[in-house]
Amino acid sequence: MTAPLQRPRRKNPIMRTRLSVLPPWHRSRVALGLTAAAAEGRFELQHCLECGAVQYPPREACHRCLADALLWRPVDGGAELMSQTLLRHSHDLFFRERMPWRLGLAKLDCGPSVVVHLHGDVPAPPTRLRVGARLDRAGMAVLVGLPAKDVPNMADDRQLREMTCDPRFRKALVTDGKTAVGQAIVRGLIDAGADIVWVGHAEPWKRFAGLEELSRLPQVALVPLDVTDARGVREIAAEVGAKVDILVNNAELHRAEGIASRQGTDVARAEMDVNYFGLLRLAQEFGPVMKSRGADGQSSATAWVNLLSIFALSNFPAHGTFSASKAAALSLSQCLRAEMRPAGIRVINVFPGPIDDEWNQLIPPPKIAPAAIARAIVGALCDGVEDVYPGDVAQEWFTRFRENPKVLERELAAG
Amino acid sequence: MSARATYAGVVVAVPVTVPYVRYSVRSAHWFVARVLRALLEAAGLGKADVDGLCVSGFMLSPDTAVGLTQNLGVSPRWLDHVPMGGASGVVALRRAARAVQCGDAGVVACIAGDTNHVDSFRQMLGSFSQFARDAVYPYGSGGPNASFAFLTDYYMRHYGATREDFGKLCVAQRANALANPLALFRKPLTLEEYLAARPIAEPLHLFDCVMPCAGGEGFLVMSEERARALDLGYARVLATIERHNAWPDDPIQMRGGWAMDRDELYACAAAGPTDMDFVQLYDDYPVINVLQFEGLGFCEAGQGPEFVRANTFTVDGSVPLNTSGGQLSVGQAGAAGGYLGLTEAIRQLTGRPLGAAVPGARLGLVSGFGMINYDRGLCSGAAILSGAGA
Repeated sequence: MTAPLQRPRRKNPIMRTRLSVLPPWHRSRVALGLTAAAAEGRFELQHCLECGAVQYPPREACHRCLADALLWRPVDGGAELMSQTLLRHSHDLFFRERMPWRLGLAKLDCGPSVVVHLHGDVPAPPTRLRVGARLDRAGMAVLVGLPAKDVPNMADDRQLREMTCDPRFRKALVTDGKTAVGQAIVRGLIDAGADIVWVGHAEPWKRFAGLEELSRLPQVALVPLDVTDARGVREIAAEVGAKVDILVNNAELHRAEGIASRQGTDVARAEMDVNYFGLLRLAQEFGPVMKSRGADGQSSATAWVNLLSIFALSNFPAHGTFSASKAAALSLSQCLRAEMRPAGIRVINVFPGPIDDEWNQLIPPPKIAPAAIARAIVGALCDGVEDVYPGDVAQEWFTRFRENPKVLERELAAG
Repeated sequence: MSARATYAGVVVAVPVTVPYVRYSVRSAHWFVARVLRALLEAAGLGKADVDGLCVSGFMLSPDTAVGLTQNLGVSPRWLDHVPMGGASGVVALRRAARAVQCGDAGVVACIAGDTNHVDSFRQMLGSFSQFARDAVYPYGSGGPNASFAFLTDYYMRHYGATREDFGKLCVAQRANALANPLALFRKPLTLEEYLAARPIAEPLHLFDCVMPCAGGEGFLVMSEERARALDLGYARVLATIERHNAWPDDPIQMRGGWAMDRDELYACAAAGPTDMDFVQLYDDYPVINVLQFEGLGFCEAGQGPEFVRANTFTVDGSVPLNTSGGQLSVGQAGAAGGYLGLTEAIRQLTGRPLGAAVPGARLGLVSGFGMINYDRGLCSGAAILSGAGA
């Protein structure tokens, strides 16, 4: 049985910090379909649209009927474990540092045989198990074999933890604690076992509802942080950056209106200054130091979370400039993701629909509650997912976006 | 299906080996060149006399047999590249035999050569195949050890094989290697040492795994008439088979392609498993020896453990197996590992083994198995050879 995760001992500052190495990350283009689904939390395999065959490893044509009409669709992970090995020797640096490593060969109920990273609580073969897809430290999808039913401390499995960003015993920074969403995220991280949560507040002389109560939690430390102030960001990074394992950037400026209803560019600039340049400033100051700690023991630096918006995918004209700033932030987050990848640090983007707050007053329900956003973020960290679309509105927009982005654009223009 | 033509009048001769080394700074091309030179010298032929060339080697990349013609300065009228790993020897033989038989070539040099640099094996593993890169290497990067550990684990659970059964084969092959001056492992191995070895990919332990090394193997295929004229010792080719991606619907590989074609193999040779004076099996891991015994009809599927317990496998045993020591004791020189059994079989049948001779050997079986692409080896092949007097 998996032993519960223990609080790591304080790091000896004289000891060398282990450098990050990644598991093998080369994949063929067609195999990236597995990663694309796993990044959003789904386990999908190629289905042949002509003969219905399910296949793995990914191919360019159906292995049965040779059709090239292949679609990635979710599969049930039910499987039978046929054999296993405990690897004691690896040719790769990443695994060499993590020996021994348990692997299984399983037959999925939907057909294919799959090699999986095998959870320690899966009994010896023959036995039932659940196969799922996870992103590994390199951000590439791999298949994992999990116990058929949940077991105690399941997430604490040594191998599974290499694919997740569990907040337990980790230290986090939430960049804006003055909003209901920020405060819910802080509480969510603490409930998930975070040791310390630094909570940014841009205007420390002001009193915001709930912030004082929050600051009385033993895990919480308030820090002055205004993402529009380059020097301030640098100072906070110098102070706590080397200890931050998870950074949640939820600082945002949200104003309604599109182009014609407002004069000048001041509001749009302010939105960009927080939503886009704020991310850029944080990334420049916290990115490098977090990257240096990507393999720093059990509580290494592990994740960077951006609170974006479903409006980042396609412009919502009623909130046109806000949408544009979030689209800019989305694009920048992809750059950040590419730059953080060599250190094994995951960049998680959260795309909620309209949040139930004053700036979305005129948008009809359903609107997502701050606590739901917090749950989605903690869930993404624990499951190792990289793109999250929490709530019904986000899910619906995302479905429409995936079906046809041009159709969605027209629908949104129609109001 | 019409019956296959026999290989009447085609012989295989001049087995050569470029001695193996653990690591080499030479390229695979060097080993191929050394093999060709040794073939010509041993046969008393010039380059122009060899008008067919067949090459195998993992480390030749980016070259193929095509580039090697210019590299080696030869102008063959028949050329083949066989990228089939452990099945390369058998497949090269059967291609070359038909070429000679049909007059497309007079003398075919079949050559496998590979090198092993300090880090080249690791680099090869990560790019071995598309499936390996996408769906195997990111899983612990254990290379073939992990893939064969799955098969071994399954076989042990389902058919009751024990480590002692596999150890018996490894220990017997080591005993055979002691007489082979070219074997890289020439220290006696006991079953106790085998069992006490460190785990590599459980249930596989150190002595279950071949050691990658550098080296080369080769032989010539020509007409019997030509071999006689050159005064070369030779063996006849009685029958051969090959099969790829056999039994694709088996969820895990418990049989190679041999069982699909063995009846034809033995019918062509007019002989059966019990007629073989020795067997040279592809032995990257001992479980594969057992699967070949089963697939080639030495015992029923799943009866491997009983067969191993009931027989002895040294040169003087009831079933002389891998009489030069096999890859497990000689070393695995890349694709040359797929030639090792063939050169040894020719040597035994021409009375010139590197090590101990199988007394009165006149009929031998050579089997090949190659290319773990994803979860299983895809190429299998076998050949039955006889001595000239047989």
